[in-house]
Amino acid sequence: MSDLLNLSKKLLSIDDFSLLKTIADMPAIPDGAVNVRKNGEGVLRNSTENVKIEPKKDKSGIDVYVKANSKGERVHIPVIITDGGISELVYNDFYIGENAECEIVAGCGIHNNDTCNSSRHDGVHAFHLGKGAKVRYTEKHFGGGSGENIMNPITEIYMDEDSVFDLDTTQIEGVTSTDRRTFAKVGANAKLNMTERLVTHDEQIAKSDVDISLEGEGAALRIISRSVARDSSKQIFHPRAIGNSACAAHIQCDSIIMDNAVVTSIPEIVANSADAQMIHEAAIGRINNEQLLKLQTLGLTTEEAETVIVEGFLE
Amino acid sequence: MLELKNISFVAENKKIIDDISLTVNDGEILLFTGPNGGGKTTLAKIMMGIVTPTSGKILLDGEDITDMPITERAQKGIGYAFQTPARFKGLTVRRLLKIACGENFSDDCCCDLLSMVGLCQKEYLNRPLDTSLSGGELKRIEVASILARKLKVAIYDEPEAGIDLWSFNMLVDTFASQKGKGSTVIISHQERIMRLADRIAVISGGKISEIASGGEMLPKLSGYFNKSCGKLK
Repeated sequence: MSDLLNLSKKLLSIDDFSLLKTIADMPAIPDGAVNVRKNGEGVLRNSTENVKIEPKKDKSGIDVYVKANSKGERVHIPVIITDGGISELVYNDFYIGENAECEIVAGCGIHNNDTCNSSRHDGVHAFHLGKGAKVRYTEKHFGGGSGENIMNPITEIYMDEDSVFDLDTTQIEGVTSTDRRTFAKVGANAKLNMTERLVTHDEQIAKSDVDISLEGEGAALRIISRSVARDSSKQIFHPRAIGNSACAAHIQCDSIIMDNAVVTSIPEIVANSADAQMIHEAAIGRINNEQLLKLQTLGLTTEEAETVIVEGFLE
Repeated sequence: MLELKNISFVAENKKIIDDISLTVNDGEILLFTGPNGGGKTTLAKIMMGIVTPTSGKILLDGEDITDMPITERAQKGIGYAFQTPARFKGLTVRRLLKIACGENFSDDCCCDLLSMVGLCQKEYLNRPLDTSLSGGELKRIEVASILARKLKVAIYDEPEAGIDLWSFNMLVDTFASQKGKGSTVIISHQERIMRLADRIAVISGGKISEIASGGEMLPKLSGYFNKSCGKLK
């Protein structure tokens, strides 16, 4: 570990750790399994007894194996880009053993000050959950600097029976363009909970396509999407749930629209079984005037009140 | 001291408030009652700055605040508990109370406040102010958010609406304990809340039809009370 520490100290600066704290709650090298990728190459990797991380041989990326029946493992796999003109496509595969319970913290931070060359990270994450496995996966996307930052994540989730996957994604700010795709196949009595938070500003564009198949009896899906679109940004949401059995799905998309932004929300539910219970709700609207009034009567200015409302909405 | 001088408010060619002059004295509880649509809520909203009067002046401790926006009036010590409180997706009870009392306000102080309105469990602090709360719970949190602040003028618009009997008793005790701490304006139709008032004004047709001390007004109003529920007919 000491060699690793020395190596990582050379390769990761204080600014890097500040970016890592923002995207992966990682202000220092954490305990447990970790893989940090910076400017297109792995700079820190550590496996543990229960979590093995191996680089892929045929392409960029890693394979992560979490031992069956292991509990409480935390795995950090953040990516940072601090140079302009970098464009990468990375494949990460996660194999979660039967009845294993773990938390995976991902995240991508690009701090690009190169105004001529955009930087781009396209990550393909595939999760394979064994029977009864439980995973909490969080992913934050953040862009800084004056250059263009592009992130196009693809997430695939294959869930065996009785498994649980909590997917929590947040795009904080500064991402010029994102095209996010999420696919999942949910087995019998497995549960997929997806929470998506997204903020766009200036001329940013964000697109999110979600395609979930509920395959087994008792499969359950819940999608909560909260977004705020400011300035002249554009957002397009298209969550789609397909119920192929006696399953349950609930999709809820809420957007706050401000300034000259454009938000398109297209929830789609398909029932291929008479026993599938599918619900979708979608709402787009300005900040509610009654909420603003209440906070103004407590002494906040209109701008402060808007900030409080938006922060609460995205909690 | 809050003074209203010749306040009128016209909407769609209809006089909602018709030349009302009134002073809310320091430390008093002034109660507005009267029929629905009489202008009570509009008058209270004019005090807070939520409604701008068509004519007339409003003075707070001698300072003309007629054109002052809501935020500044709030900062100067006027507060308003809405009849129908706003619901917020995500914003927690804790956050609201901290906005009302300041960021240094501890969880224990938040709980003490909630106890004053009959909600004492700590679990309430993390609850969002959304549709998961009942109307009565939301209303009591609304009242707590005003009790939390050290105000010159606290305005409560029908604080008893939607509140169960047990919590209502607690609310009456809470208002009684507020006596003398700044001025309080309460819109209410409940006899027990009226009994706390130093003065009672009957507002009807946009005018003050009668105003006098609680002792004088209560016997007059008692004829209007429905004995079974203590509410004005």
